[in-house]
Amino acid sequence: MCDTCGCNVTDANRHLIEAGGRHAKTESGSEAVTVLQNLLSENDREAAHNREHFDRHGVLAINLMSSPGSGKTALLEASIDALKSEFRIAVIEGDLETENDAARVRAKGVPAVQITTGTACHLDAHMVHQGLHKLDLDTIDILFIENVGNLVCPASFDLGQHLNVTLLSVTEGDDKPAKYPVIFRAADLMLVTKCDLLQVLGDFEPARAEHHLRHLASEAPMLPLSARSGENLDAWFSWLRQAVAEQAARIARGETARPSIQPEGAQLHAHTHP
Amino acid sequence: MHELAVCQALMDQVAAVAVREAAQRVTAVTLQIGDLSGVEPQLLQDAWPIASAGSLAAGAALRIETVPLRVRCLACGGETDASPNRLVCGDCGSFRTTLISGEELMLKNVELERAATGDAA
Repeated sequence: MCDTCGCNVTDANRHLIEAGGRHAKTESGSEAVTVLQNLLSENDREAAHNREHFDRHGVLAINLMSSPGSGKTALLEASIDALKSEFRIAVIEGDLETENDAARVRAKGVPAVQITTGTACHLDAHMVHQGLHKLDLDTIDILFIENVGNLVCPASFDLGQHLNVTLLSVTEGDDKPAKYPVIFRAADLMLVTKCDLLQVLGDFEPARAEHHLRHLASEAPMLPLSARSGENLDAWFSWLRQAVAEQAARIARGETARPSIQPEGAQLHAHTHP
Repeated sequence: MHELAVCQALMDQVAAVAVREAAQRVTAVTLQIGDLSGVEPQLLQDAWPIASAGSLAAGAALRIETVPLRVRCLACGGETDASPNRLVCGDCGSFRTTLISGEELMLKNVELERAATGDAA
């Protein structure tokens, strides 16, 4: 939710505004000032600023979220290998410590900025903004933002991305969408990774994972794949090509997009930039 | 886990309101937190004294109103209660629903005391 389009006024608090006046006296005589501001509005403002940067430079920004070790970096490596002659790719890597992931991506021949968050469990819009200054956005078609491995906190912070991709590796169990609903509900695409291990494990049912995803009122597609074996990677690449084409079309129309957490929310947030 | 970061953002907003309203002291802060907001009310309560220490809001009560999850069905039009991992329509079972409430992460109001001579509401 933001504080610009009115979507912060919900059925639960609308009466506070409709009742009139934002000021009222309390019983103890102190004054109550009605605010109704999203607690993360400062982050959301910076995220909108990042999104304007992306749109102005024709960049599609994708936020990758998952638990640690689900294969985000391996997926990026495979994607860069397959697509780097087709698209100009860059990566912002978020981790608590080390440059390891940025080094892996750079070894594939594309620019990578490592953000080490120290103890912070998520990336926020300000950190991403600082990372952007180390990249030449005019030379990028797709910017992947690899969030800190964590199924809880990254979901709460808008970074300015256009799309959220949430990864679920088969070793984690197919009920993760039911256990971590906030982050899976935010997904525009759910990738079930490490599918080459399905036969070994025997207890992960992709259909059950999709069932849990649908219970979050999500219509996001689910793609099982394996970066190691290459299984079904073509479907992921097709989804990316489609997303790049849609971003180009939006920019031509002077529009932008936020991750479609809810169809209604996406409409509310489809702000147009001059 | 990110509740301290959220609490620091809250403190920034409370401080801005206090300055704008020429408050001498903030006595209470009320939040609305939905079940799908991604933050845990108790952890916010724990972080609040740390985030507000040394400010105009030090010692202020933090009141948290939880907001129930409600969905509206795009198939049958029904409005029903939901739970964080079951957002389907309670009437017809369709998963094509939109959230009416439950995502709130909102500073609702700030109770404050002005300087004795000031009455500039």
